[in-house]
Amino acid sequence: MGVGIEVTNLNAWYGTNHTLQDINLHIPANHATALIGPSGCGKSTFVRCLNRMHETNPIARVTGGVKVGDVDIYADAKPVEIRRRIGMVFQRPNPFPTMSIYDNVASGLKLNGYRNRRVLDEIVEKSLRNSALWDEVKDDLRKKSGASLSGGQQQRLCIARALAVDPEVLLMDEPASALDPVSTSKIEDLIFELKSQYTIVIVTHNMQQAARVAEKTGFFLNGRLVEFDSTHKIFTNPSDKRTEDYITGRFG
Amino acid sequence: MSEIRTFQPQFQQQKPSEGQAYAPQPGGAPGPGGQMGDQSDSAIRAFLRARGNSALADGGFRALMVLCGFSIFGIVALIAIVLIYRSGLVWHNFGLRFFYTYDKDPATGQPLYWDPVNGHFSAVPFLYGTLVSSFLALLLAVPLAIGVAIFLTEMCPKMLRAPLAFLTELLAAIPSVIYGLWAVFILVPLLREHVNPLLSKGLGWTGLFTDDNPTGLGFVSAGIILAIMILPIISSLTREVMIAVPHSQREAVLALGATRWEMIRMGVLRNARIGIVGGVMLGLGRALGETMAVAMVIGNTAEIHRNLLANGASMASVIANEYAEATSDLHRSALTELGLALFIVTILVNALARLLVWAVTRGAPAQAH
Ligand SMILES: Nc1ncnc2c1ncn2[C@@H]1O[C@H](COP(=O)(O)OP(=O)(O)OP(=O)(O)O)[C@@H](O)[C@H]1O
Ligand SMILES: [Mg+2]
Repeated sequence: MGVGIEVTNLNAWYGTNHTLQDINLHIPANHATALIGPSGCGKSTFVRCLNRMHETNPIARVTGGVKVGDVDIYADAKPVEIRRRIGMVFQRPNPFPTMSIYDNVASGLKLNGYRNRRVLDEIVEKSLRNSALWDEVKDDLRKKSGASLSGGQQQRLCIARALAVDPEVLLMDEPASALDPVSTSKIEDLIFELKSQYTIVIVTHNMQQAARVAEKTGFFLNGRLVEFDSTHKIFTNPSDKRTEDYITGRFG
Repeated sequence: MSEIRTFQPQFQQQKPSEGQAYAPQPGGAPGPGGQMGDQSDSAIRAFLRARGNSALADGGFRALMVLCGFSIFGIVALIAIVLIYRSGLVWHNFGLRFFYTYDKDPATGQPLYWDPVNGHFSAVPFLYGTLVSSFLALLLAVPLAIGVAIFLTEMCPKMLRAPLAFLTELLAAIPSVIYGLWAVFILVPLLREHVNPLLSKGLGWTGLFTDDNPTGLGFVSAGIILAIMILPIISSLTREVMIAVPHSQREAVLALGATRWEMIRMGVLRNARIGIVGGVMLGLGRALGETMAVAMVIGNTAEIHRNLLANGASMASVIANEYAEATSDLHRSALTELGLALFIVTILVNALARLLVWAVTRGAPAQAH
């Protein structure tokens, strides 16, 4: 089962660049939440704050609170345990080039010492099926390396890798930006299916996608959360003028 | 569009003037200062046009550079030819056997590896000495060098990084005779008094460490000094290939909940491993050929011992020690043959190493973003 995320007064910096300013929102458990906004507004930075990836950048800094379930991840937990519970798919696919497809998917489990071959086989197949990659790679799971796949296949491999550890929260930073329409709709189906058990946060530039998969949508602009509401409300009757301008394509 | 058309005929009209490119300048070189200031751009045009197409200078430059480039081939070829020519006598007398067999005393059965006075020549003890000392050096240097590289790229505070990297690389700049001196004055006594007794007590049962050598010289001393000498090259190359691993790989592992060490192992070392092997081989290439420091501490006896605390000799050290005094043609030829073998092996090892490093650093950041 997924858990909700409570963000209070979150601020983030890259050096002196105040990238996120006073973000407050509640991401509901077992739903999909979409984040939209023009390029550079801080969407990636925001999701990276939710699993403490932001601080891995030496010039980065965060203040404020993020509660995942009832754990304040910046106060009560170590980054390592947080990241085991929160899966992440990055904006640019980053499979492990020296590992086979199988090992890529199993890497999170193997990292944590999971060795049961039969179960691993099952999880790898299930994860690859869920990420809509299984049919394309099932014949050379162990022969081909992660780097030998196309960009879109690599991204689906990364999704499978994140799914394999069965995270409570799944952060997806533009997971479909490199995918063709068929794979994209498969990924959307997947999100639809998964969100009954996982909490999903998805960054997207594709408004239709946000409208299709997410119950909640947040609109970011220049490091601030302008509006956060039900997806239906955001796309039909936004309360902020800037949101309306953005979704109607008048800027951004 | 019409503007461009008006330009073209002008350009063609100017072309024939290129033929007069080398006409001497009236009144010597044009003074660029005042002349260009008061006259409009036509003076500059005239000046530039008078310089012609510079074909001669360009061609000359190219020829010179090609010559420089090919001189490398020339030098390598010359070395090889001289070595082959000068070692012909031994090749003629012993052939390949020089490298794998040795004479035995018919009375006692004792091996006579190398006895120039009585005409016994074999490369075997020197091959053994070179391999053993180099292998020991790798055994000591590789873990340390990788550790240094990991510390410098992944953990070191930014302030310390540059000075430490600089210091490691400075180690490579110290002349090897200085290492030799240091070893003779500090390392060898230290080994003799303190380390060797311990080694033989703790690991004597392996047969590799028997403390019966009163000098403190030998394979272990040579291995340690070689390890220090090859440490900088291995660690700086390891650092280079580790830096070439894209940041997104580290993030991918971290996001799976990896600890720092797991991140380094899975996200960095795994991706850099081919390059690291290349760095290690480059270190091996240096260790195989290192002469002065080894000659000062290996003991210089052409013998084969399982005991690593015993004296030995390497291919390079025996050449350095004996060539000046070698009187017989056969002796000189045998030393040259050792040199030829060393030359070929080090070139091959180095070429392979460079190839591996190149293969990793070449396209790495672009490949796996
Ligand atoms: N590694 C970094 N170092 C310094 N500044 C950064 C870094 N990454 C992002 N930034 C800055 O932080 C701000 C927000 O960037 P972020 O990547 O969060 O935007 P985004 O909303 O994800 O944009 P996009 O839709 O293009 O992915 C930008 O101004 C960017 O310049
Ligand atoms: Mg982004």
